[in-house]
Amino acid sequence: MPMNAGTFILVAVVKIVIAVFVLLTACAYTVWLERKVVGHIQNRWGPTRVGPFGLLQPLADGLKFILKEDLTPPYVNRTIYILAPMLALTMALTSIALIPVGPVIHAFGISTPIQITGVVNSATGRGADINIGLLIILGITSLGVYGIALAGWSSNSKYSLLGALRASAQMVSYEIALGLSLVGVLILSGTFSLHAIVEMQQGTWFGFIPKWNIFRGQIFAFFIYLMAAFAETNRVPFDLPEAESELVAGYHTEYSAMKFAMFFVAEYANMITVACLASILFLGGWSGPVFGPAILQALLPVFWFALRIVFFMFVYIWVRGTLPRFRYDQLMGFGWKFLFPLALANILITALVVAWRA
Amino acid sequence: MVPLSWYLLLSAFLFASGVAGFLIRRNIITIFMSIELMLNGVNLAFIAFATVRHSLNGNVFVFFVMVVAAAEAAVGLAIIIAVYRTRETLNVDRVNLLKL
Amino acid sequence: MMPVATTFFFYFLSIIAVVSAIVVITRKSPVHSALALITTLLSLAGLYLMLYAPFVAAVQIVLYAGGIMVLFLFVIMLVNLEKAQLEERFNKQWQVALIAVLTLGALLIFIFEKGRSVFPQTVTNFPENTNTQVIGLLLYRDYLMPFELASLLLLVAIVGAVVMAKKRV
Repeated sequence: MPMNAGTFILVAVVKIVIAVFVLLTACAYTVWLERKVVGHIQNRWGPTRVGPFGLLQPLADGLKFILKEDLTPPYVNRTIYILAPMLALTMALTSIALIPVGPVIHAFGISTPIQITGVVNSATGRGADINIGLLIILGITSLGVYGIALAGWSSNSKYSLLGALRASAQMVSYEIALGLSLVGVLILSGTFSLHAIVEMQQGTWFGFIPKWNIFRGQIFAFFIYLMAAFAETNRVPFDLPEAESELVAGYHTEYSAMKFAMFFVAEYANMITVACLASILFLGGWSGPVFGPAILQALLPVFWFALRIVFFMFVYIWVRGTLPRFRYDQLMGFGWKFLFPLALANILITALVVAWRA
Repeated sequence: MVPLSWYLLLSAFLFASGVAGFLIRRNIITIFMSIELMLNGVNLAFIAFATVRHSLNGNVFVFFVMVVAAAEAAVGLAIIIAVYRTRETLNVDRVNLLKL
Repeated sequence: MMPVATTFFFYFLSIIAVVSAIVVITRKSPVHSALALITTLLSLAGLYLMLYAPFVAAVQIVLYAGGIMVLFLFVIMLVNLEKAQLEERFNKQWQVALIAVLTLGALLIFIFEKGRSVFPQTVTNFPENTNTQVIGLLLYRDYLMPFELASLLLLVAIVGAVVMAKKRV
C-alpha cells in the first residue's frame, strides 16, 4: 500500500536522523578502533584511561574539539576558509543517503527499505532506489575533493597548498581507476541501482559459495577498487596530502577545533562510505544467513552488513600499521601505469565473458 | 509542469552571459570559464529538446559536447600554464607578442 | 509517480543558475568564479534530472563538476593569483560586448516569442528507467563513428596537454 506524503516525510526524517547518528558514532568509534589496533600492532596499549578499554575516549575527544579555541589565522581567505570544512563534511555525509543497508522491513504498518533514498516498489513489494544511485555516489565523492582543495588554497600557507595540490591530483587520478573497477560489476548486473545489485548477489552455488560478485570473476576489480579507495580517502599508504613528516599536516595545517574535527569526521565518513560501497558491489551487501523470530530476521541483514564494514575498517587500520608511505611519483605511477591498465583489462575480459555466455 | 520555453530562456541567458564574460574579461582562466558557461547553455537546450521530442539523441549530443569540453579544458589549461610560465601574466591583453 | 513541486524546483534551480552565472563573469578572483561555475553546473544537473535525463545529470556531476572544474581549480592554484588580481578586471571591449549580448538577447527573445506556438507547452512524462541503456545502445550503434572520433580527440588532447605543459627536459 503506498503511503501518503506525511508518513513518507516522517519515515524519511526518522531514517535520516538514525543514519546521521549511527554514522557519526561509527566515525568516532573507528577512531577508537584505529588507535587501539595500531597500538597493539606497535606493541602498545592504545587509549586505556577513559572508561573500560578506553571506550569513552571518542567522547572525551569530541568534548576537546568543542572546547578548544577556534583560531582563524589573519592571512587566510576568510569565506572559503570557513566554507571548505563544511563542504568536505557535507559531501562525506550526503553519500550515505544512497547506501542501502538492508532489505525491506515492516514495522508499525509501514514497509520501507533500510535506505534513506529507498522506496518500496508497489508492484512487487520489493525495495527500489534511484536508478543511477552508483553514479550519484561517485559524483558526490568526486565533489569531496573541493573541500580539501579549497582548504589548502584558502589557508594561504605553503604546506596547505602543497597538500591541496597533491590531494586534487591524486583524487582525480585514482577516481579513474576506481570508476573503471566498478564497470565489471555493472556489466554483470546491468543496472546502476545499488539495491538491485545486492538483490542479484543473493543465494549460493552448491550451497556454500555465495553468489557475490567477487566470486564471479571480479576479484581483480575488488583489489583495484580497494587500492583506489585507499587513495581516494587519503589513507596510508597514499596519505600524501597530509604526510606529516614533510607537510606538517597537509591541507588542514591551519585548521583548529571544530573546523579540524569536520575534516577528521569527513575522512572517516568517507572511509565508511567506501567500505559500504565495496561490500554492496563485491561482497553481496547484507546477504547472509537469516533465521529466528521476526525481529531477528529484520535485524540480521543489518548486522551482516555492519560486520563487513567493521572488516573493512580493520583492513584500513591493518594496512596503516603495516605499510610505509609511497613517494609522490610512485603514487602517480602506480595509479596510471598499473591500476588503470589492469582495470581496463578487467573490463575487457568481463565483457568478453558476458558476450560469450549470451 | 514547466513549459519548454522557460528552459530555452534559461539556456539563452546562460549562453548570453558566457558571451559577455568572454568578451569583457581579461583573465584567461575566467575567459575559459565563460566558454564552459556557453557550452552548458547549449547543453541545457539539447536536453530540453530531447525530452520534449522523446528522443535520446539530444542526450548523446550532450555527451559529445562534454567530451569536447574536457579535451578543450585539458589543452587550454596546458596553454595557460605554458603562457604563464613564459610571460608571468594571465592578462590576455598583455599576451600580444608572437615571440619573446 | 507524478513529480511534485516541479515548478518550484525549476524556479529554485534556475535562479541559482542565473545568479551564479552572473557571479562567474563579474568576480575578480578566479577562485570565486570557479566556485560559482561549479554551482551553475550542479543546478544544471538538477535541471537535467527534472528533464528525465538522469544519466546526463550524473555525468555532468562526475565529469564536469568533479573532473573539469577540479582541473581549473588546480591550474588556478598553480599560478600566482595576487599579481593577476591587481590587474584590471574588465577590458575595453565592453561596448562591443554590450552590442553582441543585446543582439543575441534580442534574437533569442524573438525566437522565444515565435517559438511559443511551435514548441509544445508541457514537458510530458518520459521513461527514465531505461535511460542509461538506451543511451548506451545509441552510442555504440548509431553513433559509433562519432564515439570513436571523440576517443581519438581525447587522445590528441592528452598528448597535446602533456607536450605543452611539460618543462623542457
